[in-house]
Amino acid sequence: MEIKWYIGLAIALFSIGVIGVLTRRNAIIIFMCIELMLNAVNLLLVAFSKMHAVSAAGVANPAVVSNAQIFVFFIMVVAAAEVAVGLAIIVMMYRNTHSVDVNFLNRLKN
Amino acid sequence: MNITQILFWLLSAMAIGSALMVITAKSPVHSILYLIVTFFAISGHYILLNAQFLAIVNIIVYAGAIMVLFLFVVMLMNLNAETEPQKNRTMQFAGVIAGGCLFLVLTAALNKSAGVNNITQMGGGNYGLIKVLGKTLFNDFVLPFEISSVLFLSAMIGAVVIGKKEQ
Repeated sequence: MEIKWYIGLAIALFSIGVIGVLTRRNAIIIFMCIELMLNAVNLLLVAFSKMHAVSAAGVANPAVVSNAQIFVFFIMVVAAAEVAVGLAIIVMMYRNTHSVDVNFLNRLKN
Repeated sequence: MNITQILFWLLSAMAIGSALMVITAKSPVHSILYLIVTFFAISGHYILLNAQFLAIVNIIVYAGAIMVLFLFVVMLMNLNAETEPQKNRTMQFAGVIAGGCLFLVLTAALNKSAGVNNITQMGGGNYGLIKVLGKTLFNDFVLPFEISSVLFLSAMIGAVVIGKKEQ
């Protein structure tokens, strides 16, 4: 498969995530769209590493692939930690305002 | 068109279709279920790229743990389509236009750039196996691995402290 199709797929998923963040007001769905964007980038990282698995001179380059996959693994680790804290904040916000609407959180505006 | 290409297009259509459903579904529970479908499609892409370890971790961590956490929170708060906050039409329209512009600019840049026809190797090699990745993780990335354990500990404590009821 050419790399352009993978880049196209990642662009589409990332843009859908951006549109979701901009159009929805539910804090949980905004959070899910951020996860979607993270996953698009992960997929792109793996695809690029497989593109460079064999260099232009025809030499196999296994370190590139395993390093990239460890990177993706760390991104997943950080995302898991982020979700734990973020959901705790959303639960806290729901307990105070009885809503997950992000437009209620405009107290810093004035 | 061989079987890998057919699978690639099938998984891509599944990923994009269910991602669109995530942002258009009215009920938050449906959004979460569609997001799980998207994550399964992305795991399928990882298997096609011969990254078996990442595919399994993606299913276990994302579809298994993170999405269940989301589902827990949504069901705990008793959110459904009726309680869903509605944004006004103008703002929604502006958001779609802005995201669409981002998509257009990125695809145009992709269209003009060189080297986009390089072949991504599907399958082949044993780079994605747990044996190889484990050796890399514990030889070259020991320090980040240990630091991420500290990150997890602090995230756990942080979640408990934030979620605790005020006295």
